[in-house]
Amino acid sequence: MTVYLVRRLIQALFVVLAMSLIVFIGVYAIGDPVEILISPDADQIERERAIRALGLDLPLWQQYLVFLTNALQGDLGRSFVFNEPALRLILQRMPATLELAFGATFLALLIGLPLGLYAGLRPNSPASKTIMAGSILGFSLPTFWVGLMLIMVFAVQLGWLPSTGRGETCSVLGFIGITPCSSGVQWSFLTTDGLAHMVMPAINLALFKISLVIRLTRAGVRETMLMDYVKFARAKGLSPARVTFVHVFKNILIPVVTVVGLELGSTIAFSVVTESVFAWPGMGKLIIDSINVLDRPVIVAYLMIIVLMFITINLVVDLTYSLLDPRVRLENKGT
Amino acid sequence: MKRNLRRPKAAAIAIAATGLALAAGHARAQTATIAVGAPVTSLDPHYHQLSPNNAVSDTIFDRLVNTDARARQIPGLATEWRVVEPTVWEFKLRPNVRFQNGNAFTAEDVAFTIGRLPNVPNSPSSYAAYARPIERIEIVDPLTIRFHTREPYPLLPLDMTNVRIIDKETAESATTEDFNSLRAAIGTGPYRAVSHRNGDRIEFERFDGYWGDRAPFQRVNYRMITNDAARTAALLAGDVDLIDQVPTSDLAKLRADNRVHLSETTGLRLIFLGLDHLRQANESSPFITDNDGKPLGRNPLQDVRVRRALSMAIDRRAIVDRIMEGAATPANQFLPEGVFGFVADLPAPAYDPDGAKRLLAEAGYPNGFRIQLNGPNDRYINDSRIIQAVGQMWTRIGVRTAVEAQPWTTFVGRAGRSEYSAFLIGWGSNPDGSHPLRNIMATVNRDRGWGASNRGRYSNPQVDALLLQSLSEMDEAKREQQVIEGMRIAMTDVGVIPLHIQTNIWAARRGFEHTPRNDELTRAQDLRPAAR
Repeated sequence: MTVYLVRRLIQALFVVLAMSLIVFIGVYAIGDPVEILISPDADQIERERAIRALGLDLPLWQQYLVFLTNALQGDLGRSFVFNEPALRLILQRMPATLELAFGATFLALLIGLPLGLYAGLRPNSPASKTIMAGSILGFSLPTFWVGLMLIMVFAVQLGWLPSTGRGETCSVLGFIGITPCSSGVQWSFLTTDGLAHMVMPAINLALFKISLVIRLTRAGVRETMLMDYVKFARAKGLSPARVTFVHVFKNILIPVVTVVGLELGSTIAFSVVTESVFAWPGMGKLIIDSINVLDRPVIVAYLMIIVLMFITINLVVDLTYSLLDPRVRLENKGT
Repeated sequence: MKRNLRRPKAAAIAIAATGLALAAGHARAQTATIAVGAPVTSLDPHYHQLSPNNAVSDTIFDRLVNTDARARQIPGLATEWRVVEPTVWEFKLRPNVRFQNGNAFTAEDVAFTIGRLPNVPNSPSSYAAYARPIERIEIVDPLTIRFHTREPYPLLPLDMTNVRIIDKETAESATTEDFNSLRAAIGTGPYRAVSHRNGDRIEFERFDGYWGDRAPFQRVNYRMITNDAARTAALLAGDVDLIDQVPTSDLAKLRADNRVHLSETTGLRLIFLGLDHLRQANESSPFITDNDGKPLGRNPLQDVRVRRALSMAIDRRAIVDRIMEGAATPANQFLPEGVFGFVADLPAPAYDPDGAKRLLAEAGYPNGFRIQLNGPNDRYINDSRIIQAVGQMWTRIGVRTAVEAQPWTTFVGRAGRSEYSAFLIGWGSNPDGSHPLRNIMATVNRDRGWGASNRGRYSNPQVDALLLQSLSEMDEAKREQQVIEGMRIAMTDVGVIPLHIQTNIWAARRGFEHTPRNDELTRAQDLRPAAR
């Protein structure tokens, strides 16, 4: 187990290193950040000053070396645009994205699992057919369009929900009354106004996931129902509820956990569309804004964090497997 | 030279007014929410030269010379200014002005501000150029300051419209981060910032000690919603009271909606086509070939008849009406009427495809040639659709045009290296004809700082000579004549092909009134409750 973890960590390190190199070269190939950031009426002297100020006068390999040296000391560089540490910028935006991603995943499981289970157990009922047809919509409707439709209907026409932005926030300690709300990490799910702001973006993000979970669950249930151990359990006289929730449910969770884990990762990393449409001040909006102005330190730091996150999620998924299915072994076969 | 247009208001009057407003129960109009389309990157007024930053700086801080909605100079923290000697400008400062922390405003603050401009670490686009002409600052008394320049420098008041004054005591050791965290964001402006979430929102509160007209709202929320459709939706849903950068596709709908009304004005941003002047008459331009796709061996754009033909082939009215939905004015020069340096007697841009064909034939291209027109697709309003339209219009006169639109990030670098033959780009001018002349029409010259955005490498000694004279001409009337003459020559020579000047459009909810500005800035103090 330890060997396994160490090996995974070393792998992770290499991926992060490769990522930083690719991004460095990639941004360099796209264009010159100074051309984007500088005021159009800046003269040549000012342009040269800006290039020096951002450290872009050095050859690329030197810039990369400087970056690596600093990164080893925990400094991922300062944003060209905001003049603040890139890491801090990203961490500031992280809670907003995390709560949205977890909210959406929670919704996906809450809605997707029961519906999928039902559709799997009664594949021919009209309700199941409606569920499956609905899930096709969830797959195929583009997120930005659904987002705008949600805004048009629930904010503009009905006026039930606020259209965009993140509402009031509060810290956990503030919520239980130990400190003032404004100190500490800010979460919007702790206030009613914040929750109201979260509803639409979370649903928008969840739509695709709900469909995914429904389909995976249904397929799993239908397959598992035909297995010998299920037939045996039923023959033994176990109640249908016990058969469904213990014998079937546990076995179909493996693919669901894998996919939901990866989906969670990509939601945290790249919920760019939803965050833009709903003006949600999360990391996805930060990365797309940074790419638009070639803010290289932020892009590099962001992608490195994302790589780390994916590696962690994969690890957690693998560990969950071994809990769900005793046949799965994590040890390297050779050792 | 300038007279005081506004008198400072005594603090007592302001306080009395606050009481009256409260008594009147003006609760509805105490808070306003504004949504802007471009993110503000810093509250440090000297960190990043960027319109959204300048708009917010204008709310918190003041300038020596302010500008009105038509970009005319009006007294700000200076009440008057004059030329003492050709190289000495004197500014009389406004008495009894206080910063938002209670400190008195004096000449020391001005001197400190000018000194800080070149010394903001890591600035991606600094304000240092405004300090560069100043050789020495002389504080005559606490309310009189003199700028000694190296050479006669007529543009100093214009430069001062770009410099926001900060409090020396607060900002002496402040970094950009101190401004962003609000500790140092202390100005003399109508609102003070009370909270700031990077790239998301800023909250302002009225500064009751403001020297000018009292700010109309107790609180203003300033939100950044970069998605066009979401911004419009937020307005229609009533979550925000004012939006800027109204997308042209929503104009018809918003005009018909009686819950909102538009405020608009002709801007200072020209959309134009740059042309390759770098390749000489006997060289091939990178994206121009003959009709069989072979290199031409010469650069047709060096012939003024070809340039004129390309300009005459463009139906600007059609572009403005159909693509821009009327939100632009066809243009024949950089600035709109009424701005310093506008050339009144330049003929209106003519649409004449037959004349264009004749000119092409005269220039030796009776069958035209092939060209690629480049442009950005995410920078200016409808940019990629405009180059498609121009491509079709050029093809109609026999210049077969391929069109390629790219993201700004990749486009602008290549344009700067003069890699294109023809390209669409925009220019937001300062309200002075010398500004576009110096940056775009002047021969590229590093030592003078000229032609920094002259991406087509246009060069005309006559234009350069007039510009040079104008930059040290202290007589405003003479200077304007020189600028006008320079602009006339550059435009008659079709150094670039002007297309249109954009209209700046805001939309406000009923019950709010907004003063549109031609410099595109969306400022909290320009929004008021509508008079009932």
